[in-house]
Amino acid sequence: MWDHEIRAMASTHAIIASSVFMATVLPAALVPGFSVYGTHLLWLYSVSGAVTAVSVAVFWLLGITPPTKKHTVGFKLSRLFRSCLYFFLSCLFFHTVVVLYGAPLIESALETFSLAVLLTSLTTLRCLCVLGPNVQAWIRVFSRHGAMSVWDTCLQITVACTVVGAWVGAFPIPLDWDRPWQVWPVSCSLGATIGFLTGLVAAPAWIHYHRKHLTYKCK
Amino acid sequence: MKVRASVFASFILIFEGIGIALFLRGFFPVPLKSSVSSKNKLSDLPAEPLTGSAPNSSRLPQPLFKRVVIMLVDALREDFVYGANGRMYMPYTRHQVERGSSHSFVAKARPPTVTMPRIKALTTGSIPGFIDVVMNLNSPALLEDNLVWQAKAAGKRMIFYGDDTWVRLFPKHFMEYDGTTSFFVSDYTEVDNNVTRHLDSTLKRDDWDILILHYLGLDHIGHISGPHSSLIQPKLLEMDDILKKIHSSLISKEAEGSLPYLLVLCGDHGMSETGSHGGSSEPEVNTPLVLISPAFKRKVGLEKPAAVEQVDLTPTLALGLGLPISQNSVGRVIPGVLEETSLRDQLRFLHLNGHQLSCLLKDSMPDHEKEAGFEQFRVAERAHGSWMKLFLEGNTSEVLNNMGKKVLKQYLEALAAMSSALSKQLGKYDMYSMVAGMVFVFQLLLVLLLAMPEALSGAAAVDLPVLPALLSLPFYLLCLLLASVHVLVCTSTESSCYFCSLSWGLVFAAVAFSSAMFCILVSMATRRLPLGPKIHGKSPLGGSSGSEWSLSELDVLLLAGTVGQTLSLAASSFVEEEHQIWYFLLNTLCLAVFQDVCRKYFREQSGSGDEEEPILPSKDCHPPAHPKAEICSEKWLALATPPFTLVCCRLLRSLNQTGVQWAHLPDMGHWLNSSEHRTVLSLLAAFCLVLIYLLVQRRCSWVSKVALALGLLGVYSYRAAVGNVLFPWQHSGRTTSKGTVEARFVYVFILGILFTGTKDLLRSQIITADAKLKSRGLWEIYSGLVLLVSLLFRAHNLPVLCCCLLIQTLMAQFIWKKLHYDAAQTTIMHYWFGQAFFYFQGNSNNIATVDISVGFVGLESYVEAPAIFLTALSTYAGPLLWACHLVCFLSSQRDRSPVALGHGCYCLALLRSVPAAAYIVLVTALRYHLFIWSVFSPKLLYESVHLLLTAGVCLFFNTMEQSHSSSKS
Repeated sequence: MWDHEIRAMASTHAIIASSVFMATVLPAALVPGFSVYGTHLLWLYSVSGAVTAVSVAVFWLLGITPPTKKHTVGFKLSRLFRSCLYFFLSCLFFHTVVVLYGAPLIESALETFSLAVLLTSLTTLRCLCVLGPNVQAWIRVFSRHGAMSVWDTCLQITVACTVVGAWVGAFPIPLDWDRPWQVWPVSCSLGATIGFLTGLVAAPAWIHYHRKHLTYKCK
Repeated sequence: MKVRASVFASFILIFEGIGIALFLRGFFPVPLKSSVSSKNKLSDLPAEPLTGSAPNSSRLPQPLFKRVVIMLVDALREDFVYGANGRMYMPYTRHQVERGSSHSFVAKARPPTVTMPRIKALTTGSIPGFIDVVMNLNSPALLEDNLVWQAKAAGKRMIFYGDDTWVRLFPKHFMEYDGTTSFFVSDYTEVDNNVTRHLDSTLKRDDWDILILHYLGLDHIGHISGPHSSLIQPKLLEMDDILKKIHSSLISKEAEGSLPYLLVLCGDHGMSETGSHGGSSEPEVNTPLVLISPAFKRKVGLEKPAAVEQVDLTPTLALGLGLPISQNSVGRVIPGVLEETSLRDQLRFLHLNGHQLSCLLKDSMPDHEKEAGFEQFRVAERAHGSWMKLFLEGNTSEVLNNMGKKVLKQYLEALAAMSSALSKQLGKYDMYSMVAGMVFVFQLLLVLLLAMPEALSGAAAVDLPVLPALLSLPFYLLCLLLASVHVLVCTSTESSCYFCSLSWGLVFAAVAFSSAMFCILVSMATRRLPLGPKIHGKSPLGGSSGSEWSLSELDVLLLAGTVGQTLSLAASSFVEEEHQIWYFLLNTLCLAVFQDVCRKYFREQSGSGDEEEPILPSKDCHPPAHPKAEICSEKWLALATPPFTLVCCRLLRSLNQTGVQWAHLPDMGHWLNSSEHRTVLSLLAAFCLVLIYLLVQRRCSWVSKVALALGLLGVYSYRAAVGNVLFPWQHSGRTTSKGTVEARFVYVFILGILFTGTKDLLRSQIITADAKLKSRGLWEIYSGLVLLVSLLFRAHNLPVLCCCLLIQTLMAQFIWKKLHYDAAQTTIMHYWFGQAFFYFQGNSNNIATVDISVGFVGLESYVEAPAIFLTALSTYAGPLLWACHLVCFLSSQRDRSPVALGHGCYCLALLRSVPAAAYIVLVTALRYHLFIWSVFSPKLLYESVHLLLTAGVCLFFNTMEQSHSSSKS
């Protein structure tokens, strides 16, 4: 069951993962003095930019986004506008949550916001691509037994992996090792990226091994 | 034997407390102290032993040296001077060691090889332990009898340059001093230049007797780059130059006829191969000790330096300067230094040292008569006496000389035996007591864990197979086995051991208890085994009602958080920054709860709306019917509670910066406490007190309401009297008092409220089985506690109390009740909140953050018992308030789940004993860690006090449940 979807998903994920890889390697070759720790924000934005561009392109080509009834330009524009708004709101939301977790409020606001942007482009953007700017659908997918397709399950897994990765990434910060990756927000963004990559690998694998047991109730 | 879960839990906790007390007794050796805490005086010195009677011939020993320069180089390792590289590193010193008139030794430092304890060891001659640090919390100054004090008392003029630890330890002892801080480890040039800059002028002068220099640079280099770095050699060459300068200046100053000088070069501790110190490895422990003086014989070639104890320097210096040896010194005089004096003086010096050691031995060991050294000393003293008699009679034959040599040898043997007997008692972990304590704790913990399915079942009662265990054969066999092990261990160990010194009855009780616990453990385990899969299905969070059980995200978080927090205790940074972990977990918990709430309110209705058509949730918000509107507002309140809690926690977190790494950052507390912001602080405190009143009064009787209001007014006036806050009609320039009257005024109301609460509780129990009356009584006791805490908390900490009450009210109203969390989940959440609030109020795992001034609230002078009680209460106010709220909440939930109290009590006991048990194992494993005294030991004390308090809370639970069951019957 769903062999076709799983294959599509695996290849999509491979493309996205390679985009993360390229976003790390290419600037290192082109920009002098680029390093993941040293010029962290640059790396962070290059990764989020690459993931954003590639995900939007890939999912648009795949056409997973739920079909819309209207096809007017105006509707499409309002959809785009709403997506952008949601993206920005999600950045703010992540920023707030990170500050609640104890990030300094004013001092390193730029770093905190960059982390929020990265988290948004790794999580919210996928939701936007797969589900469209539809909060109802989001709530459905992220509540228990809410997945209605393979892509929903995949979304659950990658988002959970990314968030947990960022969460775990905060643990080394209090250790007194004085390493460059303990500086705020390096460990968290690295954790989020690693979690995201893990999610990309884990989601098709998990679905593949559970394909016999997966049943989705249809709308 | 069937016991209720709460009784079982309190019983386990109390015995765990005993086990941990035994462990602590083994872990922290009690310091050797003479029974009289005075200082040795010159006039108290014993007379020279002499058989026959001619007391007036006795004379005090003459000092050997006029001037002493002590050059202490922090972290000077033995091989920096004596090793193969020594010739390159310190050429002049090496030349003196090999060819000059000097004595050189390897001085062994005792762990903890950290500067402050080492300075104490060098000056007092005793071996300070961690308990000393705790005992001297109030005064950083060294109060024990010590060399510096003795020198000052004898009128010696001292000058000190170097590490400011000395200045803090010996305030007003030095004629002239300049302390350098060791705060910036990365600075290794300036710290030493600050010492050396005074040297030239000081060496030219004649107005001092003792000069102490403490150089920190080498230690800093070690911390930065280790003992093999390229920075080491220039630094050691610098030290060598300084030594050369001092030595040549001393030589030029030396006058014919006066007493010679003494130049001492030593290190306080060494450094390990990575450059750190604190542990007990060879390179950390071995330090060089070079004594240079014209009084010594000139060396002819390189000899291998002999090993001495670091504390041996103390009696040597004391005798060399003609001072009494400090009372608690365990060192013995270095015989090489005395070589050139007359035989009579040598014997006299050894006798003085021996007398001091035997006095200490007498005071610190009950069975000192049995010590070999003590007896040897008595024999030597007698022989000394007869030698003296012959000597004074004018006998000068070879026989007398040989006899004197023999006495000398006897003295040295006696000194060695006594010194080692004394130091064995110190600075050594009493492993047997520690292991015994650990075994107790772990047996109890396992019994607690095995009882989980029963304790969390609907009956909340545990079936303990006590009688079958006591009557079984293995019990007696185990008793015999353990008793024989005990005898074997106690007879074979050389060092003294607390557990062995206990009386036989107690030991037998412990052995019987331990074997009974073991039998119970085994029988419970076998009872569980066939039911294996069933237990697996029931977890602590399984709940009493759930027949089919699955872990929700919240359960996973609660379990993983508890386990992860326990594991994090193994890392010293996580112990230092434990508050971060709790804040982090608490935040995650709030988010998880938020998710649960969202799921309940959004998913439920979309589930119900499934049959018709998907409706927007916002549509629900405008229903016409009244009950629906109420539900709607309740829904939004419930939804707002977790974010509100999150915001509260974030604000409280910035109120008090705690921990180590970020403790220096500015926080709200400091801002509020600065004198310019006193008005803001006053307004804040007043607002908080009003809010506290509003939150607490709703469930009190009117008598308590009035008492509470007056009490809170009293709290404000107490703070105003102390000078923290202002009354509107006051100006800041007012004189402050101790506020005793105001504080006592508040105490009266606290007692009144507690009395009404207890009265209500008793009435509900005896006369009328009224649940309402009972919960009111309980709440009144809780409000009494709140009032007491608000009196004890500093003014800037009142928001902590306020937020605590606010969160409790909201969570109880909208989350715990509405989302049907079971008792176990609620207990874990309460425990986490309690822990986080412990740190919100500014505590840390460092002893230094305990606010001792609380012990004086309402007291004219220091009275031990109330001071300790008040300090403990205010330190643990957070966990205590949350635990008390748990009792109130669970007993009000009785109609829903009658055994909730039992479950809560059991979970609380489990939550407290798991980290405590894990921690004592960790501490035992890490006992030679660099930070064992600075980080892990204080945490151990915090953990054990917390365990003790939790045992108290569990007993409270117990009485509540008891009264409940009696009122039901």
